[in-house]
Order: sequence, then C-alpha cells, then structure tokens
Amino acid sequence: MMSGHSTYQPQSAFMKWMERRLPIAGLVYSSFVSYPTPRNLNYWWTFGGILMFLLGAQLVTGIILVMHYTPHADMAFNSVEHIMRDVNYGWLLRYLHSNGASMFFVAVYIHMARGMYYGSYKEPREVLWILGVILYLLMMATGFLGYTLPWGQMSFWGATVITNFFSAIPLVGESVVTWLWGGYSIGNPTLQRFFSLHYLLPFVIVGVVVLHVWALHMVGQNNPTGVEPQSEKDTVAFTPYATIKDGFMMVCFCLVYAWFVFYVPNYLGHADNYIPANPSVTPTHIVPEWYYLPFYAILRAIPNKLLGVIALFGSIGILAFLPWLDTSRVRSAKYRPLFRQFFWIFILVTVGLGWLGSKPAEGGYVLASRILTFYYFAHFIIILPVLGWVEKTRPLPNSISEAILNEGLPLGASGPAPTATKN
Amino acid sequence: MARSVLALVLAGSLLGLVAAAPQPSFAAGEHETPAPPRQKWSFSGPFGKFDRAQLQRGLKVYREVCAVCHGLKYVAFRNLADLGYSEAQVKAIAAEYKIKDGPNDQGEMFERPGRPADYFPTPWANENAARVQYNGVPPDMSVLAKARGYERGFPWFIFDMFTQFQEHGVDYIHALMVGYKEKPPAGFTLPQGASYNEYFPGHAIAMPPPLSDKRVDYTDGSPATTDQYAKDVSAFMMWAAEPHMEARKRIGFQVMIFLLVFAGLLYFATKKVWADAH
Repeated sequence: MMSGHSTYQPQSAFMKWMERRLPIAGLVYSSFVSYPTPRNLNYWWTFGGILMFLLGAQLVTGIILVMHYTPHADMAFNSVEHIMRDVNYGWLLRYLHSNGASMFFVAVYIHMARGMYYGSYKEPREVLWILGVILYLLMMATGFLGYTLPWGQMSFWGATVITNFFSAIPLVGESVVTWLWGGYSIGNPTLQRFFSLHYLLPFVIVGVVVLHVWALHMVGQNNPTGVEPQSEKDTVAFTPYATIKDGFMMVCFCLVYAWFVFYVPNYLGHADNYIPANPSVTPTHIVPEWYYLPFYAILRAIPNKLLGVIALFGSIGILAFLPWLDTSRVRSAKYRPLFRQFFWIFILVTVGLGWLGSKPAEGGYVLASRILTFYYFAHFIIILPVLGWVEKTRPLPNSISEAILNEGLPLGASGPAPTATKN
Repeated sequence: MARSVLALVLAGSLLGLVAAAPQPSFAAGEHETPAPPRQKWSFSGPFGKFDRAQLQRGLKVYREVCAVCHGLKYVAFRNLADLGYSEAQVKAIAAEYKIKDGPNDQGEMFERPGRPADYFPTPWANENAARVQYNGVPPDMSVLAKARGYERGFPWFIFDMFTQFQEHGVDYIHALMVGYKEKPPAGFTLPQGASYNEYFPGHAIAMPPPLSDKRVDYTDGSPATTDQYAKDVSAFMMWAAEPHMEARKRIGFQVMIFLLVFAGLLYFATKKVWADAH
C-alpha cells in the first residue's frame, strides 16, 4: 500500500531544502496523513492508536518516577512511599503508571482479540502478527519486572515464583536461577537488575513497535470484511478520518483509565504489596497481576514443573503459529459462522482460566484448570485447522464498498455508505 | 444451523464438565473467618472527604493506645496540619516526642524534642527487640489500611469496580478491633500469649485486645466506646495510608468532566468529518 514515494509537496523553501536531505516530513505525511485506510474500519480498530498513547504515557510517567525512586532492597519501598507522600503529584504519577500497565494489557487484549476475530494474522500479515506476539511477550516481561520494583511482599514472592520457572530446566536450571538472581537468593542484586531491565525493555518495545507499524504500512490494514481494498472507493485518508476517530476512542479510553487512577487506584493491585518484602514470611496466596492469570492457571494445571513451564510459554508461543494453524482461506469471522462461535468459546475459556488462576490450586479448581488448559491448546491445534477444512463459509463481498452497500456499516464504523452505486 | 448446534453442544459439554467438577472446600477447619461488616466512612465514594474531627480523635487513640507498640514511620508531624491543626499545635505535638539525632560535634548521638519535620518514632529499636518485647513484630501503621483487606469473591469484586468500594482495609481493621472474644470457641486451642479474634486469619492474634470502653478521653462529646475508638483509629489509618486521597478524588472529578466534554466534542467532530466522506 505504501509504495515508498510520498505525495508530500513541501511548500516553504526550508522544507524543500530539508526534504532533499532528510525526507522526514514526507515520511510522516505518507504514514499518518495520506496513508489510505479501509473505510469500513469499526471502533475495534482504534486500539493500536490507544496502545501507542499508553506506551508514551508509561514512558513519560516512568521516567519521572525514576527521578524519585531508589532501586535498593532496603530503600525501594520507602522511596515509593516518599513518592506517594512528598513528591508533588507523586501519587498521581505512580497511580498513572501502575494502572497504566493494567490499561496497557486491557487495550492489548482487545487489540489481539480483534486480530483473531477478523483474521488479521493471515497472509500477507504473518510478520505483522508475529511482531505483535513479540511485543506482547516484551510487555509481559516489562510488566512483571515493574511489579517487583516497589519491593513489597507480592513483588518479592512474585519474583520468586517467576524466576523459579527457570529451575525447571534440566541439569542447568539451578545455575540459571542463581545467575538470574545474582546470588543464592532473591535480594538487592536481583532488584537492581530488574530495575535496569525494566528501564531498558520499554525502549526495545518502542523499536519493535516501529517494525510493527512499518510492517502494517507495508501490507495495509485488514478490515471487518477481510477483503482487501481494491480501489480508492474502498479507502479514506488516514487524516482526518482515522485520526479523529482514533482520537475520540482514545479519550473514551482515558475515561476508563482515569476512573481507575482517581477513584479505585488499588483495585487492580494486591493489598499484600503494601507490606514491605519479607523473605521469611510467605503470603497465603501468591497471585500474579490479573493479566497473567490465565497463563498462571495453565502453569499450575500441569503436575510436572518442567512441563508446566513449557505449557506456560507454549500457550503464548503458539500464538506466533496462528497464521498457519488457521487453515481457512476466509479471514473475517463475519463470514465464518462456525469459527465465530468457537472464537467466543475461546474467549470464555481464557477468561475462565484467568478466574481459576486467581484461585488456590486445589480440589476442583485444578481439574477445571486442566480441562480449560486442554481446550485452550485444542483451540489452536485441533479446532482451527479442522474448521478451515470443514467449515462452509458465507459468500464474501466483492469489495468493501459492496459490503457496506449490502450490509450497512459494521458496528462502530461511522460515515455514510459511499456513492459507489453509480459505476 | 446443524453446525452451530454442534459447536454449542461441544462447548456446553465442556463447560458442563467444568461446572460438574467437585467444588473445592473452603473450610479451613470449623472456625470460619466471617467477612468484616461494612461500615459507613465519610471518605468513601467519589466525593468522599476525611472527617477532621474523627481524624483528630483517631490520632488521639493512636498516640494513647497503639503507639505503645506500633510505629507510624512514614507520617511526619508536619503532615498533622492536614488534620486541621495549626502550625503552633503541630509544633507542640512534635515537641512532646523525643527524637534521636546526631552525631553532634562531639560525635555523640543525643535526644532532642521533636520538630514538625520529624517522623513519628517507632517504639522499638529493631525487629528482634520487638519480638522479645511483644511476642511478634507489631506492623508499622502508616500503610496498614491499604495493606489489609479481604476477599470479596465473585461477583462482588466486579461490582466494587463500579461502586468504588475500596474500604476493605478499614472495614477489616475496625472489625479486628471489635472482634475479640474472651474465650475461644470449644475445641480451639489458643497458643500461649495469643488472643482469640473472630476476624483475624487463623484467629490466634498476638496483639491483646487494645481497646476498651472509656480507655481514651474524648473531649468533643463523641461516645467513648470501643466501637467508636475503632472507627476513629481506622479512619486515621486510612488518612495515614492515603494522605492525598481528597486531592485525588477532587482532581479526578475535574479530569472526568474535562474528558467527558472533550469526548463529546470529538464525537461530533468525528461525525462531521465522516459526513464529508463523499
């Protein structure tokens, strides 16, 4: 879609001079102004922009928090309380940052679910999708590292549980864990390296986001019909159409974000993390942040530690193979009546796993976790490949314009049907 | 149609299996821990504000009862201005405390009267000393109201997001203060030196009943009851844990109004822009 040459025409003498040397204005123009987007995109397509905004917000609040935070096992908890009490608007910065992480995951889960529903991972968007899976993994790592920094009880014991994953590696597991910890137990060296990595990874995320957007602009956006735009009638310019729509949704999303920050800032956290880390007292239930819960349930569903860890990483890694596991040639669930139902079952199963992850690993919870874990993998390994072969899909529209004309606008898409009838 | 039925049957049987899975037992012995009763707090809800008189009473309870064992190390005397005290009153309260300072020119540590910039001193020198003295380490009270809580369970935890219920900690602390029983129920063996508390996880708590009626003199006519002391000190602890709560909620309301108006403008702008698309 982005053929590489810009339609940007520099006006002023300076911009003409600049464009011949560093065509950055042309790049911005072709990427964010004249870039054609399918005209039938609904509001589920605005979460990429929201994620960009959240990444920026996390960077800004994080960088300011670091000016007041002390990454030391003896001082980290105190310095967070210092931020909460004595730094001007420190409480706001910290709550923005801690709730921002949760909002980041809310947005990314919607973004991923949208991609899965409309088949946005299919040819030619495989690399775009895989870059997304990498971003998701980086986010999970960054979120986990960040949660250890206040050095409360959940920070400490969460770090203990997660780093112990690596002790499951045969032969070298224990050595790897010692190496990760920087000692024979979790302590100050662990906190300091986690802090260093928590500062580093967001910039890695920024880099991969650039690749993600680059890949997106190479292949163009998918759309609710899953049919590629065929003519100019099927698209509108990114600015003003997409920018204003993304802006509107971003502000709506900020309303939710602000609700958590200002009214229930500790709702998504855990009370135990306001108790300073204590290596000699284990909390009754060590529960990870909500966004890891489905994977935590998968880990605990498997009785063997090594296999559990493999299942945990496999449950995320399998997403990267989605473009090839889904054998259907039709992209959008809109034209896949059976897939659409399995999609929602999959969402329910994942939410169910999340709930089970928050429960103690005992009795019926374990059995339920095992069944849902089996289903989670079966969705990718059995259901998706088989569906592609047996499902009778509905006829696809010839073009986006035709789909809009026949079916009306999809949920959330604004604007009237184009005057495409008279051709 | 047949296919969708197939999908539903498949899913249904799966979910049925989950539902039929034996329910785990929650009973940790016969002595259940009841959920703390909900209290009315002036600071709950989107416009909640601390009751200054209550905070001052809570401070009095802290200073006369709790401070014997519990520290309040993140609260400075200067912070007490938030409770409605004048500068002179804050200075006077601070001066009642002995603060360890130094080293001086001779290289010696010394004690001096507290100043507003000082923090509440912890009543024990170190954790080991506390263990010897109190049969355990009394937790610092600065953030305790946020560090305690109880499981709300499904579906209540979902409603809490919308009703803004987040007073789990203070409800629990209040319940704990009034939840002592003189004798444990039959069949419960209480460890040496522990007390029985209905709301404490495991019920055997090292802290003896701290409050009793008429233990603290109230000068503002509030009832001198255990229940009232418990409420006041819990409210005080909420303030200590979240001193900027009022500012947070006030700014939050302004932010919400701004975002709502902004979203409304963008909604109509979006409609206008898209109306021009051909």
